[in-house]
This record gives sequence, structure tokens and C-alpha cells, in this order.
Amino acid sequence: MLDDQAIRRALMRIAHEIVETTADPARLYLVAIPNGGVPLGRVLVENLASLTGQDVPLGILDTTLYRDDLSIRGSRPRLRRTEMPSSVDGRVVVLVEDVVNTGRTIRAGMDALMDFGRPSHVRVVALVDRGHRELPIKIDYVGKNIPTQPGDKVVFRAARLDAGTPLAAAAEVGEMQIVVRGGGAS
Amino acid sequence: MIGRDILGIEDLSRDDIELILETAERMQEIGNREVKKVPTLRGRTLINLFFEPSTRTQTSFEIAGKRLAADVVNFSVSGSSVTKRETLLDTAKTLDAMDPDAVVVRHKVAGVPHRLAEVLEAPVINAGDGAHEHPSQALLDMLTVKEQKGRIEGLTVTIVGDIAHSRVARSNIYGFTRLGAEVRVAGPPTMLPSAIESLGVKAYTNLREAIEGADVVMALRIQMERLEGACFPSVREYAATFGLDREKLRFAKEDAIVMHPGPVNRGVELAHELADHRPSVILDQVRNGVALRMALLYLVAGRPPKGAPREGAR
Repeated sequence: MLDDQAIRRALMRIAHEIVETTADPARLYLVAIPNGGVPLGRVLVENLASLTGQDVPLGILDTTLYRDDLSIRGSRPRLRRTEMPSSVDGRVVVLVEDVVNTGRTIRAGMDALMDFGRPSHVRVVALVDRGHRELPIKIDYVGKNIPTQPGDKVVFRAARLDAGTPLAAAAEVGEMQIVVRGGGAS
Repeated sequence: MIGRDILGIEDLSRDDIELILETAERMQEIGNREVKKVPTLRGRTLINLFFEPSTRTQTSFEIAGKRLAADVVNFSVSGSSVTKRETLLDTAKTLDAMDPDAVVVRHKVAGVPHRLAEVLEAPVINAGDGAHEHPSQALLDMLTVKEQKGRIEGLTVTIVGDIAHSRVARSNIYGFTRLGAEVRVAGPPTMLPSAIESLGVKAYTNLREAIEGADVVMALRIQMERLEGACFPSVREYAATFGLDREKLRFAKEDAIVMHPGPVNRGVELAHELADHRPSVILDQVRNGVALRMALLYLVAGRPPKGAPREGAR
């Protein structure tokens, strides 16, 4: 559905859009939601550095402990890494997610973010927007809108993607792709 | 798959232990935040039911519950109905009727948490039962070793002290052997049960041999009032033979760490000079205890009962 080249093109366009719509790019702070957001975030900060000449901080924020469905699930989801290198106070925080559908993960991500301080703005990047929103959540930067049926699966894959890899580890982002499975894919 | 209750390490598979340790590693980050609280167990109630006093373990569970936003109620033996001759089961059932989402139990008799788990609706976490098991202590010990050494498999872990009466020793023996470490136990013959080697450990009455080449040396607390005269002639003699100091530690690996479940009898099982600084990691154990207990509460507390309606795809 989306190959590595298309994803990298989308991420460069999104980086341009972020720079255009941010009054002070020095206040940018990218926060990736694992697992998929992490390689996307790594590519985006590289793109932003090449466009602005500035290093943009990247954090990882696991939203699992903030989910709204923990009390109705039989099993407990595995926790992912959280790593927030500096304060988000006064920063323009951009949450980076691979696939947004219901909006519930972004809601959890915003709650989690507020526990780390008071950003001046919060914006959202989604590589794919499926559109079946259950909460009033708006995506600011979209890679591609993919219309789907609620039962479909849209999966982001990245080679060498490891949820346990700390940010400091120099990990090259391997080949990425978006795969759509199910009857509703067009 | 971790069951409803956490009663002992003996019941846990290697995968279970690894999931608990990984979850605890993720929980550690919360302890480093300015605001040390997440909303995960909001509206959930945790009861600490301690029939035997233990300020440390109880406080650790209390902080763990509060960091996950649970309401924590401490029910300890002093000032409780136990003095009114209420039976154990009546006490437990009364508390259960208040609908807690988890009950943490400490009792001086082995098997009490297991009996309570049979009758209570809420999941039970064993916080120490007699000389049987102390699972959360062993898990925080494993977490600390993994943090300090980067692994557990292939390490040599020596446990020194009253192996026969120690629930900490028993739980650690199950845990460390299950994760592939070599476990040795050492102490006076009166403190080494004859069948201990059937648990897959090597028993030593010579401390130097037991420590030789060890990566981890764990000293156990000696219950002086209870054991002096019964298991060893005098505290001074125990300290001279089995008390850890820098001199005896020379036989361990150069980068060996020293652990102790606390509280330390300084100058008995552990020399003053070892209690406060590296290679001792005693305060890391305490800090890790909170993250580890958060992991246990996350994994068992407030899960819906079997057969409750499930949500579909997220």
C-alpha cells in the first residue's frame, strides 16, 4: 500500500509542513508513540535538522498505562519504553504515530504528555489516517488518508524496528512499509 | 501466562518471570519523573493485609499502589480484629466483601496466602508466608542483578545465611535457577536443610569455597534472638565464620555485587564497610522494589473476572 520510498517522501513533505506552520522551530520537540512512531520520529528529526539546521529533541512516550480499556481487557498489554530526554514546558510538541484510527491512543498520549509538563502546543503526525474517529481528535500532518472498514488491519512495519532500543543507540531506520489487510481495502 | 494470584516463584515459568522483570523495567521510569504517578489503577482498591509487621515491604507495596493511582488501605495486625479472636478466614472474607481489586498478604504461617486465594474474590499477592516464599523480594533481587550485570543466565549467585528458615532464600533459589544462574547456598550445617540440593543448588559449609568466583553474594538477615544457641553458638562466632566483609569478599569475582534483603544486622551478616557502599547494592534493591511491585499490581490487580464482556478490536 505504501512502500519505503513513498513513506520517506511523505515524511519529507511533513517535515516541510511542520517547519512552515511553526513560528519558532527552535521550540519543536518530537514525541514518538511506540512502536511504529519511533522509526518515523527518527526520520523526521533528521529531515527537520536538514531543513532548519537545528537539532530537534526526540522522545518516546508509551501510552499503555493511560489506555481507557485496561479495566475491560482480560490480559494486560506489554509495556513499551518511555524516554523523555528533557522538559516539554513551553515546547511545540509533535506526537508521531504510525496509524491513527479511533483517536484513543492519541487521547492517551496527550494525557501522558501532560504528566511531563505544559507544552505550549500539541500537534499530531499520522503516517496513515484511517478515519474511524471515536473521539474529537484532529490530525495536523497526515502522510496518507486510507479509507478502510473498521475490521481491516493497517500495519506499519519497519525493518530493524525494536521497541527495546534506547534513543541513544545509533539505530539506522531500515525499510518501512504500510500493509493493509482485510476486505475493505481499496 | 501469569495467573490470577502471585503466590510463589515456584509457580512461575521463565517467561512469566521475564515478563514481570520487563514490566518492572518500564515502571522504573515513572520513579524518575517529577510527578511520580500514572492513572492506570485509578478507582481500584488495594488492601495490604499484614499479620506480621513489616514496615519495609508494606511501605513498598503502598508506594507502588499509589504510583499507579490505586487507593491503598493498610490493615495490620496491631489494632485489628485479630486481637478479638476473629478467625483468619473471617477477617479476610470481611475485607473481601469491601470489593478490593487486590489483597497483599503477609503471614508468619506458610500457606496462608494460598488458602486465602482459594476463598477470596480478589487476586492475592504473597508478601511473605512463614519460611515458604517471598516472591516480590526474589523478583526485585532478580531485577537488581539484571540491572547491575545486564543478564542473569550464566551468573553464579551465592546465598549466605539461614537457608533453612528463609523464604527469601527459597524464592531466590527458584527464581535464579529458573533463569539459568548457578545458585550456591552457604551456612552452618544447622541452617542448611539436608534436601536443599534437590532444588538444584550446591550447598557449602565453607564460605570461601561458596564465594569463590561468585558474581553475586547475597547475605540473609540472621534472626539473632531466635537462633543464638539453637543454630550457632554465638553471634560473634557466626559473624567471624559467615559474616561478609571485604576480606572474605576477595574470593568472589572482582566486580561481584553484595545484596541483602534488609534490615541489616551490621557487623553480623554484613560488615559495616560493606553495608553502605559499592559493591553493596542494598539501596538499589529497595528502589527497585517499588517498580517491581508496581509491575505485579499492573499485571494482576483490577483485571475483569473471567467471563466478563470483552471489548472488540481497538
